[in-house]
Amino acid sequence: MSSNEQSKPKSGLFSKENRKLLADPFNMQNPVTVQVLGICSSLAITVKLQPAIVMGVSVLVVTAFSNLITSLLRNLIPNRIRIIVQLVVVAALVIIVDQILKAYVYDVSKQLSVFVGLIITNCILMGRIEAFALGNTPWKSFLDGIGNGAGYAVVLIVIAFIRELLGSGQLYGYQVVPTDWYLNPETGTGFYSNNGMMLLPPMALIVVAIIIWVQRSKFKDLIEK
Amino acid sequence: MKFLHNFLEKIRPAETSPMYTLHNAIETFLFVPGHTTHSGAHVRDAIDLKRTMFTVIIALLPALVFGMFNAGYQHYRWLSPDLAFWTMDNLMYGAMRIMPMIAVTYIAGLSIEIYFAYINKHAVNEGFLVSGMLIPLIMPIDIPLWMVAISTAFAVLFGKEVFGGTGMNVLNPALTARAFAFFAYPTYMSGDKVWIGDSADLAQKVDGFSGATALGQYATTGTTSYSAWDAFLGFIPGSIGETSAVAILIGAAYLIYSGVGSWKIMLSGALGALTMAFIFNSVSGSMDPGPMKEYMSIPPHFHLVFGSAAFALVFMATDPVSAAHTETGKWIYGFMIGILGILIRVFNPAYPEGWMLAILLMNTLAPLVDYYVVDSNIQKRLKRAKA
Repeated sequence: MSSNEQSKPKSGLFSKENRKLLADPFNMQNPVTVQVLGICSSLAITVKLQPAIVMGVSVLVVTAFSNLITSLLRNLIPNRIRIIVQLVVVAALVIIVDQILKAYVYDVSKQLSVFVGLIITNCILMGRIEAFALGNTPWKSFLDGIGNGAGYAVVLIVIAFIRELLGSGQLYGYQVVPTDWYLNPETGTGFYSNNGMMLLPPMALIVVAIIIWVQRSKFKDLIEK
Repeated sequence: MKFLHNFLEKIRPAETSPMYTLHNAIETFLFVPGHTTHSGAHVRDAIDLKRTMFTVIIALLPALVFGMFNAGYQHYRWLSPDLAFWTMDNLMYGAMRIMPMIAVTYIAGLSIEIYFAYINKHAVNEGFLVSGMLIPLIMPIDIPLWMVAISTAFAVLFGKEVFGGTGMNVLNPALTARAFAFFAYPTYMSGDKVWIGDSADLAQKVDGFSGATALGQYATTGTTSYSAWDAFLGFIPGSIGETSAVAILIGAAYLIYSGVGSWKIMLSGALGALTMAFIFNSVSGSMDPGPMKEYMSIPPHFHLVFGSAAFALVFMATDPVSAAHTETGKWIYGFMIGILGILIRVFNPAYPEGWMLAILLMNTLAPLVDYYVVDSNIQKRLKRAKA
């Protein structure tokens, strides 16, 4: 816990420093492609765009508010039991999110099944709380939570976009590839076929790898020496 | 020869252009490069990597030519019974279907190889020469060409280049291509509509048309309409190059004679397959009647002539890069492939063949096998030194 943060001169709500907190996780500090956190869920629920978007938003909400609440409590939490307190905060938020999903988007909630509950074990959450929220002011922690949640959501959406488009020929449940393009074994018309491999988790891993590859070849700073 | 050499010399592009990589590939393909080693032994064998790869291509030729005849035979057989096998029509039909596949494979794979060689600033490796010939031979004849192209590109990119190119790959690139096609486009890689050219067309013209492979028939009915002798000679439907055990054995003899292929892997693979089949035979007596019981009680030697067993053991398992490297390791590696191949073949409910998955699995375990072989050798010698 840094103790001298209050003594710093007050900066504006969206000062350059604060905007960096929001923007960094999208690229140079992306939780999935750079820090390789939250890989599990990004393989499991990215077959279609809709669950991926819902999952991304859920994680964004949980990271943002768990960061905010932990940061508010940070000077009250005894250091030795901080993990338990953090877990209580995250678990409460996850249950709230889960109940809201069940109430308003029941179908998607069914598809996401255990993965909403498993947000609690998502490394991004604990990572941000431990590394950031415990040592920073609530507003900054809140922005950091939003930034990291959004960074995670963006990667999820990109993976789901590729997988749904190539795997099912659809986007957000709507048929994008014209149906008369499809090869018909009976009549021999058409030329296209969906890639079944895209629906399987191993291909999600390869799609993540491609995203990391593209990102690293664009931003050479990310390449380890 | 002199003329060709001079011609290549004349059109040599600048060293910085991607065309130089391509030129270099063609030149070293046609002529053994005149480099000498910089240090150590100065005597070099003329058999470099390109010549080694070419040996494998020659070994593949019998299977390829037989595959062309067979493709035509399997197609025309339904239109005119009592068809002769070695006819020009059959060959032409097969060539018209298989040559485009080979061309597509080489174009897709080599363009990626040359691009990577160019950006990594080294000469093109010759590994793809063989992979490009193997990939069409393990595909069903009716697969659309663009699927072959995508599978090849995937295999070269993710099976080989990301690991560092030829010689660094963990998995056999040709099997990676087939595995990709198998999981991505299952309806074009399995079932009974893909093994005979223009199956959809034939199914409309001919009553009672069935394009199922012998193993496909075993898995569904527990018996087959093809005799083991036909399967040994190769007059059965199947992937293009895999049907004829005779043609493959000719290739195997050449590989063993030239020392390029490891006879230990081939032999231990066959032994493993026979062992597993014997085990299945002996337990099948207590099973409930049904296709599975019948499938398990196939005589062991049938397993080696049906399906892709021969092709997989001779050309796929012996890939010098992805196989085990130690001599004891080769026995273990081959034997495990044989065991797993038959195990997956019989128990896989979706697809009655298992060599692709067995070899890919053992590819990933080969370094482990080598590690323990080397380790046990060290332990043995340490013990001897102490005693």
